[in-house]
Amino acid sequence: MNEPAVGPTAAREPETALKTNAPLIPGDSVAGRALVVVIAIMTFLACLTAGSALLVAGASKAWRSDVSRDAVIQVKPGPHDDVESLVAKAVAVAAKAPAVESAHAYSKAESEKLLEPWLGQGLDLSELPIPRLILLRLRTPGAEDLTALRKALASAVPQAALDDRRVWAARLGAMAQAIVILAAALFLLMIVAMGTAIGFATRGAMAGAREIVEVLHLVGASDAFIAGEFETHFRGLGLRGALIGGVAAAAFFGAASLLSLSWAHSPGGEEIAAMFGSFALPPSGYLALLVVCGAVTLLTGLLSRTIVMRHLQRLQ
Amino acid sequence: MGPEVLGDLNFSVEPQSFQFLTGPSGAGKTTLMRLMLLSLKPTRGTIRVFGRDAATLRKNDMTTLRRRIGPVFQDFRLLDHLSTYENVALPLRAMGREEKDYRAEVVELLRWVGLGDRMDAPPPVLSGGEKQRAAIARALIVRPELLLADEPTGNVDPLLARRLLRLFVELHRLGTAVVIATHDLHLMDQFGFARRLTIGDGKLAVFDGLPS
Repeated sequence: MNEPAVGPTAAREPETALKTNAPLIPGDSVAGRALVVVIAIMTFLACLTAGSALLVAGASKAWRSDVSRDAVIQVKPGPHDDVESLVAKAVAVAAKAPAVESAHAYSKAESEKLLEPWLGQGLDLSELPIPRLILLRLRTPGAEDLTALRKALASAVPQAALDDRRVWAARLGAMAQAIVILAAALFLLMIVAMGTAIGFATRGAMAGAREIVEVLHLVGASDAFIAGEFETHFRGLGLRGALIGGVAAAAFFGAASLLSLSWAHSPGGEEIAAMFGSFALPPSGYLALLVVCGAVTLLTGLLSRTIVMRHLQRLQ
Repeated sequence: MGPEVLGDLNFSVEPQSFQFLTGPSGAGKTTLMRLMLLSLKPTRGTIRVFGRDAATLRKNDMTTLRRRIGPVFQDFRLLDHLSTYENVALPLRAMGREEKDYRAEVVELLRWVGLGDRMDAPPPVLSGGEKQRAAIARALIVRPELLLADEPTGNVDPLLARRLLRLFVELHRLGTAVVIATHDLHLMDQFGFARRLTIGDGKLAVFDGLPS
């Protein structure tokens, strides 16, 4: 075959059809695809952890808000006490307390109904000394000092005991906080594991692209330029993985929200709803998932850039 | 440490000069070219590149100096996943220049070296001669002050070799210092004005060219 002559030629190539600025680090490789899978799984798990922590924190806030607005007076009648008059007296004492907005005494029938889930229906409970409950609605959630009411009750109705549920609310709060801290620790562990995987992948890619790096150096590319090319390459992989993992996590929470609606009235569903609320991630939760995906993408790029820069500096 | 490949070499490449670096295979021509390109460090001695002592250069300075040198490698060193156009434009891209700013320049040079219709082709589908010309175009695109060409005519027929040499001579006339490593005596004889640096047994002998 004859070689074309060196010098101006008559042939004219349409310049607009030129392929330009292809990535300097070859994009599609087995190692690259494997890294996308690892990042997708890690992002999915990190999003699940973050989303679950947000659900528990939200549910805990709702529990404490509900619980701290209520208090309960329990009247335990003795064998010869007139329970109705004791309850009326306790309601009167409670109604006078400035912290109490309203007081609702459970009737005998209502109290027996409360026991039905445990004792079953159709039993004659008239012979049993069933305690009676008076539900108090407080004016300001959690801020009231109920010591005065407790003293007034003790002197007027010694058979009555006031439970302001604060100990219970504090325990619930501590438990929710522990779950959130555990989730944060898990989240950090996943980020560390992901960082390690990215580090291995970057070193592998550098080893595979040694020839490219050398040519770039010899044609006058700076370390920062070469590291920038690797950063772009890995940020692209990170974005793909993060989007796959993030979308999967969002779909999971969407599906869980729909499922929780369908099982909401089953006994198990009520327990789950008590722990996680309605299982519906609020819009701010989905925003948090988006932030996780963005952070994973940036982390992938920056980490690979740092590793490449350190490697290139050692080459000198 | 193994035996010294090169020892007690003392020479300079003057601006706008033209020289052949010659010697038998394995004499150290490529090693000397790599030393001049700052891709190897000497175990002893001093190399000054554009007036700077290579031993005291920081990495950024090395990058700046390399941008004034156009290297043509014996094995071309083209990146297979890029097109011929992208390979030739690589030094400009590495300098951070915008593609739209250098496109016309690169296209013109590719046409000039006869690769106008191969701009989109990746190196694996180019013939040896085409690769050679792409590698030369990549070295020329930055208008280097010093061109270091290692066996640039090793893969082409004598006719094309002579044409490529004329290209280097043209570049030299435009002000570039040219060093061409070759063991093709016949080719050197056709450009008698060029200085000859001959390596043998690790030593260097310099023969001035004939007046042109």
